[in-house]
Amino acid sequence: MSDRSLAAAEPATAPRGSGMRLAIIAAGALFFAVLPHLLPTYQISVATEVLIFAVLAMSIDILAGYTGRTPLGHGAIFGVSTYVVVYWTTVMGGSPWAGMLLGVVAATIVGAIFALLAIRTSGVYFLLLTLALGMIVWGVCLRWTSVTGGENGLRGSVRPEWLSDHLTFYYVVLVAVAVITLVMWRFVNSPFGLTLRGIRDSESRMRSLGYNVPMHLFIAFTASGFFAGIAGAIYAMFNDFVSPSTVALAQSVEGLLMAITGGIGTLFGAFIGAAAIIGLENLVSLYTERWQTVLGLMFVVIMIFAPEGIVGRARMLFRRGR
Amino acid sequence: MSGLNAFQILNGITFAALLFIVASGFTLIFGLLRIVNLAHGALYLFGGYIGYTVASTSGNFALGTLAAMVVVALLGIVLDQGLLRFVRGYELRQVLLTLGVAFILNDLALVIWGGDTFTVPTPEFLRGAVQFAGLFYPKYRLFVLVLGILVFILLWLLVNKTRLGALIRAGVDDAETVQAMGINIRRVFLATFMLGAALAGLGGAVGGAFLTLYPSADAEILVFSLAVVIIGGRGSLVGAAVGALMVGLLNTVGQVMFPELAYFVIFGPMALILAFRPLGLFGRTA
Repeated sequence: MSDRSLAAAEPATAPRGSGMRLAIIAAGALFFAVLPHLLPTYQISVATEVLIFAVLAMSIDILAGYTGRTPLGHGAIFGVSTYVVVYWTTVMGGSPWAGMLLGVVAATIVGAIFALLAIRTSGVYFLLLTLALGMIVWGVCLRWTSVTGGENGLRGSVRPEWLSDHLTFYYVVLVAVAVITLVMWRFVNSPFGLTLRGIRDSESRMRSLGYNVPMHLFIAFTASGFFAGIAGAIYAMFNDFVSPSTVALAQSVEGLLMAITGGIGTLFGAFIGAAAIIGLENLVSLYTERWQTVLGLMFVVIMIFAPEGIVGRARMLFRRGR
Repeated sequence: MSGLNAFQILNGITFAALLFIVASGFTLIFGLLRIVNLAHGALYLFGGYIGYTVASTSGNFALGTLAAMVVVALLGIVLDQGLLRFVRGYELRQVLLTLGVAFILNDLALVIWGGDTFTVPTPEFLRGAVQFAGLFYPKYRLFVLVLGILVFILLWLLVNKTRLGALIRAGVDDAETVQAMGINIRRVFLATFMLGAALAGLGGAVGGAFLTLYPSADAEILVFSLAVVIIGGRGSLVGAAVGALMVGLLNTVGQVMFPELAYFVIFGPMALILAFRPLGLFGRTA
């Protein structure tokens, strides 16, 4: 395991474990399917939020877990999509579906631009560069008042009438997230995804084997931006409001923390990470306003004690027990 | 759209002097310890608030500045010895840990000092303006410029002419060999960390007198420092000075000519430099 990546040591795809894995995935899907019936109505929207941010965390995981490059600017890519959707539906008066399409396209373009600038770097420099690029987006959203509404943000009416019910919206989001998750899972397990893992483990070896490393990284980053854009577009429909805090560093930080909490390089861990962070956020806000401190403490504690995350740690314990 | 005048260019240069003070601490820690201290902005903010509290209660600006440096250097020790020691050698875990610390410190500052905007009170003889070359210019900003140049000279002498500086330079190149020669490199590291943190504190107290202090000031100064260090290259004092001048002037140009896209004007060139020189203008491979 290279020092630069946070990824948990990956098990060589064990055929014995795949039945077990399918069972866990099925159980997870079932859990999210019956979840709204176990929750009071107002918490259904919290569950919806978990699903949306799990997609953001997975898009971060594609880079952090599979290419070994940890990004700190995905909140900006996510938020660009949200801005475009809200702007298109309220200021331009367009349909929400076309808006979401445009939002995803915009996020993909931003992702591609970030990728062009960032793929030459790795490790800490990659993190810093994506952080700075994300800050540009934030600065533009904050200052370009005539378009973005500045600090006040934009209030929209993105969600169509038939989706206004919390339960209906939850299930629509669930189906969408399930499809996206399947696509991402196929993506990271495709020959292309395996090449990415090869690059993560040894860039020079992959290069000498004849792989075009920068091209692979570029495509991975752009794809990651595409998925983050989808999450942002759904978030626009969920939140009906966008402000600079949607693209701020804290958003990128929370997304990364979700991916890390779940376990970098586990993809599905993102759901556990998102549920843990958003659940904790809601729980903490009942008692105190010091959510930021709690978030910071979580970062410190996880980095010191469990950098491989919940799923990574569970895997390690499981393997040790066998 | 108006052109630039001498007043605005001077503003850019004095802002650059402050940026250099803050970013030189950042680049020292980054260069020697390989730690990207994302809590550097929070240390700046803490230094500013402490400078404000001490200076306004005692009525002594120098005392406030000194208190800011000492307290923030102590915070640096706590951060290095209390937390970072557990993740030594893991670059990414270190960065993310300092990010967590930045969140905690920022929130803590909000609890202690609230969300109001503060200005560190300056001594009588630095208030008002001086006239030269047909221009009225605030005395305090010129003081910051002189201080920035002084810090550069002192740091340059420290790094290039003293034993500690020789150890720091040797440590940047090859920490293991330095240790093998019987030097306690951990002590050198700790001294560097304290020095870097103290510079953040100094920047906070000095900057808090003309940029004002408010809860998100830490993120802003951190991003500027990042830009400076990314442009200048890790661990290079000259790089930090050149980077600070570039960022300071670009910031002024951006604010005057393209107010809505000011951030873009700073970070666009930075991204370009990094695309062609991934280690910065004065950066060297480790």
